[in-house]
Amino acid sequence: MNMRTETQIEEALKDKSMAQNETHPLKMRGEKVCVYYGEKQALYDVDLDVRENQVMALIGPSGCGKSTFLRCLNRMNDTIDICRVAGKITLDNEDIYDKAVDVVELRARVGMVFQKPNPFPKSIRENIAYGPKIHGLARSKADLDEIVVTSLQKAGLFEEVKDRLDEPGTGLSGGQQQRLCIARAIAVSPEVILMDEPCSALDPIATAKVEELIDELKENYTIVIVTHSMQQAARVSQRTAMFHLGVLVEEGPTDKMFTNPDDKRTQDYITGRFG
Amino acid sequence: MTDHTVTSFDEELDAIDAMIRSMGERAGEMVDMATRALLTGDTALAQRVISEDRLMDQMQRDLDDRAVTLIGKRQPMGQDLRFAVGAMRMAGDLERIGDLAKSTCKRVGSIGEMVVMREPNFGIEKMADLARKQVNDIIDVYVSRRADEIEEIRNRDEQIDMAYTSVFRELLTYMMEDPRKISACTHLLFCAKNIERIGDHVTNIAENAFYMITGDQLPMARPKVDAVAEGMG
Repeated sequence: MNMRTETQIEEALKDKSMAQNETHPLKMRGEKVCVYYGEKQALYDVDLDVRENQVMALIGPSGCGKSTFLRCLNRMNDTIDICRVAGKITLDNEDIYDKAVDVVELRARVGMVFQKPNPFPKSIRENIAYGPKIHGLARSKADLDEIVVTSLQKAGLFEEVKDRLDEPGTGLSGGQQQRLCIARAIAVSPEVILMDEPCSALDPIATAKVEELIDELKENYTIVIVTHSMQQAARVSQRTAMFHLGVLVEEGPTDKMFTNPDDKRTQDYITGRFG
Repeated sequence: MTDHTVTSFDEELDAIDAMIRSMGERAGEMVDMATRALLTGDTALAQRVISEDRLMDQMQRDLDDRAVTLIGKRQPMGQDLRFAVGAMRMAGDLERIGDLAKSTCKRVGSIGEMVVMREPNFGIEKMADLARKQVNDIIDVYVSRRADEIEEIRNRDEQIDMAYTSVFRELLTYMMEDPRKISACTHLLFCAKNIERIGDHVTNIAENAFYMITGDQLPMARPKVDAVAEGMG
């Protein structure tokens, strides 16, 4: 090893503290987001930034509003009649609740993966080709085939299914189905991928594969994940937001959230002291 | 502190905490006994410290086992994680303090009843008193989680360092005065160095305890000026 001069050492020390403040550009922002299901308010004035090419984990006890917030990010809550969203949510600084926004196009840009794998009752190929087809992303059959292959590759599933692309997606194992759903989400070239407890129905090996995938996907996508597994949040995310009773309690770098959170409620929740 | 939903988790954490306390108390006693053995040439007492050290090693291994099991089984987060990792490091430092007390005691026989001992205000005694107080204080503060007193204790290590420098000078003088004392004085010098190292381990424990309790790091200690290493100024 080369010897460093005193000045170089000073610089290296400074560098390290700067790396911790490394910033990614803003991708999505929630400002004073309130959500009501009929009379009942589910979220209270949530301000939360999601940054590009990072994984943001949303944690908190059941009913805390984390899934509700996640579903606001691609207007999934629109499908619930009694649900009303107030406040502002932006994607690349544009209000996604603006009247001019095409919800279908929004959901192509902000894709979603659900808790239970939900492939269409069609072939593996069609599961993936469906999105690009309706969004007009492929000009030819060759284009479409290419999308199918690259999406499966990106989802780490291609090698396992390449010989049976025309068999039903529902015939795959649970973990494979979930990666198929991720491939399906990727196929329409989204910018943000929302994941609502994507591993809760999977065994540890399938979970590890999905986590590995999340790690790789963040190079190209921005990911927001709701998880009940504290360890998973700690493993896959760079930032963590803690919700409780509809309020955003605390948000910060994941490393800090799981070793030394500021808020007592976060401390109690992550350490298993919640009453 | 609120209890865990799973009560056996609390019991496991409490058991580890109790072991740290007991290792800490034992370390303090060992330093105390080692000092007395050294100053009075009491080889029987020295032998006791040497035996005690085996217990200390045993406790450290046991604590390590428990902490590793706890991490594997409970996957602790936040303060619990800091506690589990911190406990292992603390046990390591306490075990080293035991070693250093033992190493001092092993020299008691070789030093014999030296003339030096009867010199008034012999510096080693003062050093050892400081070190023993440091060990006891840091354990006390850790056990009662008084984070605000930790930095002051850590900074007191400077006094031990200064005392060491003066012992070093003192011993040099004796050796120059009477070359027959060189052998014994060299042993004493190693003992002084051991005590100085005990102070350093207390410093580690202090920094570790602060992190365990608060989650923050103590500000860096200012760079030490080692007068001995720098040719005594």
